[in-house]
Amino acid sequence: MSDHILEMRHITKEFPGVKALDDVSLEVRRGEIHALVGENGAGKSTLMNVLSGIYPFGSYTGEIVYDGTVCHFQKIRDSEKSGIVIIHQELALVPYLSIAENMFLGNERGSAMNIDWNETYAKADELLAVVGLQESSHTLIKDIGIGKQQLVEIAKALSKNVKLLILDEPTASLNESDSMKLLNLLKEFKKKGVTSIIISHKLNEIAYVADQITIIRDGAVIETLDMAEQAVDEARIIRGMVGRELTNRFPKRESHVQDEVVLEVEHWSVQHALYSDRTVVDDVSFKLKKGEVVGIAGLMGAGRTEFAMSIFGKSYGNNIRGTLKIHGKEVVLSNEQAAIKHGLAYVTEDRKGNGLILSNPIRVNTTLARLDKVSRRHVIDLDLEHKQAVVMKEKLGVKSPSVEQNVGNLSGGNQQKVLLAKWMFAEPDIMILDEPTRGIDVGAKYEIYCIINDLVAAGKSVVMISSEMPEVLGMCDRIYVMSQGKIVGEMDANSATQERIMSSILSVNKGA
Amino acid sequence: MSSNKTAVWERAKAFLLKNTMVIALGLVYLFFVIRSEGRMFLPQNINNLIMQNSYVVILAVGMLLCILTGGNIDLSVGATVCLVGAIAGVLMVNLGWNIYLVMIICLLCGVLIGVWQGFWIAYVRIPPFIVTLAGMLLFRGLAQSILGGLTISGFSEDYLAIFNNYVFIPALDSGAIKYSSIIFGVVCCVIYIVATIWGNLNKKRKGYTAEKPASLYAKIVMLCTIVMLLMYKLSLYKGIPYILLWLIGIVAVYTYITAKTTFGRHFYALGGNEKATKLSGINTNRIYFSAYVNVSFLSALAALVVAARFTSANPAAGTNYELDAIGSCFIGGASAYGGIGKVSGVVVGAVLMGVLNLGMNIIGVDSNFQKVVKGLVLLIAVIFDVVSKRRAVKSIA
Repeated sequence: MSDHILEMRHITKEFPGVKALDDVSLEVRRGEIHALVGENGAGKSTLMNVLSGIYPFGSYTGEIVYDGTVCHFQKIRDSEKSGIVIIHQELALVPYLSIAENMFLGNERGSAMNIDWNETYAKADELLAVVGLQESSHTLIKDIGIGKQQLVEIAKALSKNVKLLILDEPTASLNESDSMKLLNLLKEFKKKGVTSIIISHKLNEIAYVADQITIIRDGAVIETLDMAEQAVDEARIIRGMVGRELTNRFPKRESHVQDEVVLEVEHWSVQHALYSDRTVVDDVSFKLKKGEVVGIAGLMGAGRTEFAMSIFGKSYGNNIRGTLKIHGKEVVLSNEQAAIKHGLAYVTEDRKGNGLILSNPIRVNTTLARLDKVSRRHVIDLDLEHKQAVVMKEKLGVKSPSVEQNVGNLSGGNQQKVLLAKWMFAEPDIMILDEPTRGIDVGAKYEIYCIINDLVAAGKSVVMISSEMPEVLGMCDRIYVMSQGKIVGEMDANSATQERIMSSILSVNKGA
Repeated sequence: MSSNKTAVWERAKAFLLKNTMVIALGLVYLFFVIRSEGRMFLPQNINNLIMQNSYVVILAVGMLLCILTGGNIDLSVGATVCLVGAIAGVLMVNLGWNIYLVMIICLLCGVLIGVWQGFWIAYVRIPPFIVTLAGMLLFRGLAQSILGGLTISGFSEDYLAIFNNYVFIPALDSGAIKYSSIIFGVVCCVIYIVATIWGNLNKKRKGYTAEKPASLYAKIVMLCTIVMLLMYKLSLYKGIPYILLWLIGIVAVYTYITAKTTFGRHFYALGGNEKATKLSGINTNRIYFSAYVNVSFLSALAALVVAARFTSANPAAGTNYELDAIGSCFIGGASAYGGIGKVSGVVVGAVLMGVLNLGMNIIGVDSNFQKVVKGLVLLIAVIFDVVSKRRAVKSIA
């Protein structure tokens, strides 16, 4: 029997309406690098949040045995005290503090009333040397790149006497050489007896560092592969990641594709909104025909949302280049208003943050993008508005006693329908749906698929951005695959499979 | 039977929650009437209530639009009142220009101040707090240097009459009782009753959910009683002050703008969710800009009112007015996070502040302690808003 530093037994974690983890068990051997893989939303991060105490003991069922004792972590502090440190994908560093200040934030040297700055900086420099970062510990975080920030996070973990290090997609935003440096560092740590759990989508990296791989899908562990026992290639991992059954989750659909190209984008490039040296959309060319549903598949952070929003009146990004043709005519859409006028609609992935006004009723949300349709000379005809809102509510089957109900009181599925209603009310020719079924239940998903089919039957065109591959396969006529800001594949729905999509995503990760 | 009872209780609770501030206003007023042995209810004091708080209502309506955009406030309204008052004083009294010309110039100055602040806030995205804090110093300083630290008095009677006089129709108002006031009240009530009932019938005809007759009639009776009582009291004093007509006009215009126009709707949308509003093709910068232009415009109008009321322009005019305006908005139910708030609520808030001021003066509360009371009232009102909202969110989850 091998020595397990961590055993998670029968972990089940539920969110309202969703079982995020279903009887998950995970065993991690002392001193190994253990990889967790799975699709977005499979439950990897949830599992790690349970482990690190972000979801406190009692909010899940099952038990965690760490270092031979059963643990009841109430908060992150508790797990850190016993040597478990988690580094999130979104780094938690304060930009305007120095490296050393960040490293010992919440864990200051000296006493609470008298911070020992000499020791702070000396210790920080020492740890920076361990992770191989050649920067002064006085440097501000904002002045170093994301790769170096990642190393600071690791140095910070070391300062807490880490025994079990958890990294959530540590290389997602790193380039090749920085990634290699980080992976080699993990191998170094392994020699010193630090155990690591790494979550990643980059299978080549996992194959390089991992001793064991656990595959999670739909909140359950599918299998654990031991790299020493069997030769594991990427196709094997992919099969485990996506191998779910496709049943009748999609309404029957027939193609309404016509020959006319309604939207054509050529050589579209966009820089990051805040860090303008980062390219988030890289030379993308894209076509959409009348009556077509085109899917854009890819993982989170692939640049799909950024691409869509930059088309929609430059609502995202800096230094946008490329040409945009609508109905064959080149147009420049400098703001959202112009985009709406040209028949574009962008239905956001973040309905609460960017889509709806939760404190306002359905009626107000429905007409917001096209108030001119219910008003004359800027005076709103409240009766007409009410009537139109009722029409849209019934058309989309929003379940609510009246259109005066505040949107914040509706369920996720109904909110999504209101959001769709709002943009259908704007009568666009081209609808860009960004993750239209995120966080809603299966029944509501089906209804939204039906709405999409009705739209294209009526001669509209739809771009569907989705991270759920079955959905893309089940709903689209044609699929683009996007990864790291580039279009890395284009395929007909008939010839597309989850494996093909996954491998074109991963091909870039490998090649870059 | 018991379910019926709980339904009634639920409805009563909803009614209480919806009209908390109106009820609070009633109770506070009653308290002062009792404590002052009825002096609070004297015609003259009711008249004073209107005269003394006219500027608060005007400023608060302007402030509301700023607060709607996301809890943003304008700290400079008091200083603007002082500056515009100083300009009016210099031009009208010292230089003797035509009063109407000067009034237009003053309002334009207000717009100009608003353009200045609105530009930085909306297009350069400097936090409103900073811009208006700077404005508070800037405009007060300018005003004091224009006045040279002295008070300008001696505004012409013609000018004072515009704001300070009373409606006087010789045939009606020559006696002790000013009948024009009562007639005005009756006309208002009739218009209100007809409009409400007609609107409700219309709703029913078009198949919308109309208000329940019981609550409808209760509302009509309540409002008409208040209006008639007010007008009756005024008729026993000097009749309808002009300033009341000004206020009714301003409140009506802004109620209409906020409730019925796309422009007004955009304010609520912006405060509710700025990103969603922007993605809906609405120019959010322009909304911020117009909020601050508007509040400065109304500040200029308030400056004219204040100058007339005090018959002078003085360097200390407008001190702490911003606090009265902000307080009225929050007491009147505007959300500290933006997106929620009504003109009618703000008026109730302003009247409540006014009643507190006047009542405490009448019963002789120490002026230092008055501040304590007003501070507590403001805090309690906002705590109530935040807590009740949090509870509402919880009950959904």
